Amino acid sequence: MEDTAVTFPLRIQEVSYQYEEEAQNAVDHVSMEIAKGSFVAVLGHNGSGKSTLAKLMNALFLPTEGKVLVCGMDTATEEEVWNVRRHAGMVFQNPDNQIVANMVREDVAFGLENLGVPQVDMPSRIEEALRCVQMTDFAQSAPHMLSGGQKQRVAIAGVLAMQPDVMIMDESTAMLDPSGRKEVLNSVRKLNREQQMTVVWITHFMEEAAVADRVIVLDKGKTAMDGTPQEVFARVDEIKALGLDVPPMAELSVKLRNAGLELPEGILNVSDMVKELKKVLCPSK
Amino acid sequence: MPIKVEHLTHTYMPGSPFASVALNDVSLTIEDGELIGLLGHTGSGKTTLVQHLNGLLKPTQGQIWVDDLEITQKGVSLIEVRRKVGLVFQYPEYQLFEETVAKDIAFGPKNIGLSTEEINQRVREAIQQVGLHYDDVAERSPFELSGGQMRRVAIAGVLAMRPKVLILDEPTAGLDPAGRRSILGMIRQLHEAGGMTVIMVSHNMDDISTLATRLVVMSKGRLVLTGTPREVFMQQELLQSIGLGIPQAAELAHALIAEGFDLPADLYTQEEVMQAILALAKKEAKPC
Repeated sequence: MEDTAVTFPLRIQEVSYQYEEEAQNAVDHVSMEIAKGSFVAVLGHNGSGKSTLAKLMNALFLPTEGKVLVCGMDTATEEEVWNVRRHAGMVFQNPDNQIVANMVREDVAFGLENLGVPQVDMPSRIEEALRCVQMTDFAQSAPHMLSGGQKQRVAIAGVLAMQPDVMIMDESTAMLDPSGRKEVLNSVRKLNREQQMTVVWITHFMEEAAVADRVIVLDKGKTAMDGTPQEVFARVDEIKALGLDVPPMAELSVKLRNAGLELPEGILNVSDMVKELKKVLCPSK
Repeated sequence: MPIKVEHLTHTYMPGSPFASVALNDVSLTIEDGELIGLLGHTGSGKTTLVQHLNGLLKPTQGQIWVDDLEITQKGVSLIEVRRKVGLVFQYPEYQLFEETVAKDIAFGPKNIGLSTEEINQRVREAIQQVGLHYDDVAERSPFELSGGQMRRVAIAGVLAMRPKVLILDEPTAGLDPAGRRSILGMIRQLHEAGGMTVIMVSHNMDDISTLATRLVVMSKGRLVLTGTPREVFMQQELLQSIGLGIPQAAELAHALIAEGFDLPADLYTQEEVMQAILALAKKEAKPC
């Protein structure tokens, strides 16, 4: 029992969630185990149940059926709620709705104060969290002077300072411009690689899902696909039928294969495509 | 000639220690029926520029004409300007406020004193233009609708003013792929069937490359490049130097050329690039 709680910090067991006055389950008998240190992207069109699932992951919602276990703790156990949220931190969509203080470092301190972390431990935790998201130089800045990407990184630092086991990013890049999106994705991917932080990354951007270890596609509250990005994005027609897109190079590689070029499956970006095309077009090289 | 911008400069908080030049000597003419893609990194001045075009901001220097009206002149009625140029903000659905969809769309036309009959006519037409059905949505609360539908209602509110020029600031931000495709289809429809002049601010190169007849690229308050998507996307280095990308298909074509493959330098759609690669595969003369 102890072991599964460590190797799978997030376990979702036959979970359903029904909103009041809705006839259908928003999340419908979903099961998944998220492995420690993995970076899992969750895709799905609006209304597919992605955000509801995210809110079930840290006890903002409680399942109407089934169980969510965060590091072995049942989110439905009332006494564990704060513990659950400390272990599974969430970053939301709108950076402006998540910042509470007038100075970056105070904002990061806010969560720690709520957790009752001793004053003496706070400075080092705050520093470390800001360093992880490359915002050390802005510790004394006013949040409203920051760009959207910087604000989101402050929000991430606020969650990080609480030293969670799992980070849930609920469309946290949706309101950012391309460079802000890249900043946030790179910061979180780095944390994931270097510190084995488990990440659940909910997004509409296929190119973000393409860098994940695992992609889960939701449709009508159920798991419609689950696999590596290479496996999932090879199924172009299915993905499109679910109201989603595939990364442009994945789509092009399928078209080229259908036209007779012997490209392997699993091409997701331009550099892979160039590498494989060189092999096909210049076999001698 | 619906829009002519001449030597437009805008300084925020002039004379204070926080003074910053958001637009620096921008000149631009937009012809009737163009669909302009306005590109630029955050802070490049795109939004400041479009806010001048419907009179929300006044220039520090320079002039703007819409048709033959110099909107930057003192004493020009803003109502007159907004009848010509409709601006849809980012996340426009946050500005919905009325009890019903019909009332929300009627707000602008009512404000300019149109007759009830005229207002009703315009509301019906605007709802249809954004691809919704009057009987389905008119009497519903806008807040019961999905995010994509709410955005359409907000756009309908601007269309009900019957502007000649429609400006949309990041119209697909935050939508899922299906919502994005359908908003883009609606914009194409307004432009092609409705004959509207459209200016669309976007970060998404793949979206803009399929839609725009001309691109205008801004950086640090200046207009740095304008041309057809084909012309603009050939300038990969310049675009990258100002923090912008190009469509992935164009990126692939450029990378293959750099590897010594013989491809035309101006490809940018997926279809063209695919055809060029297939042609290469058939050819004997390869760089290897």
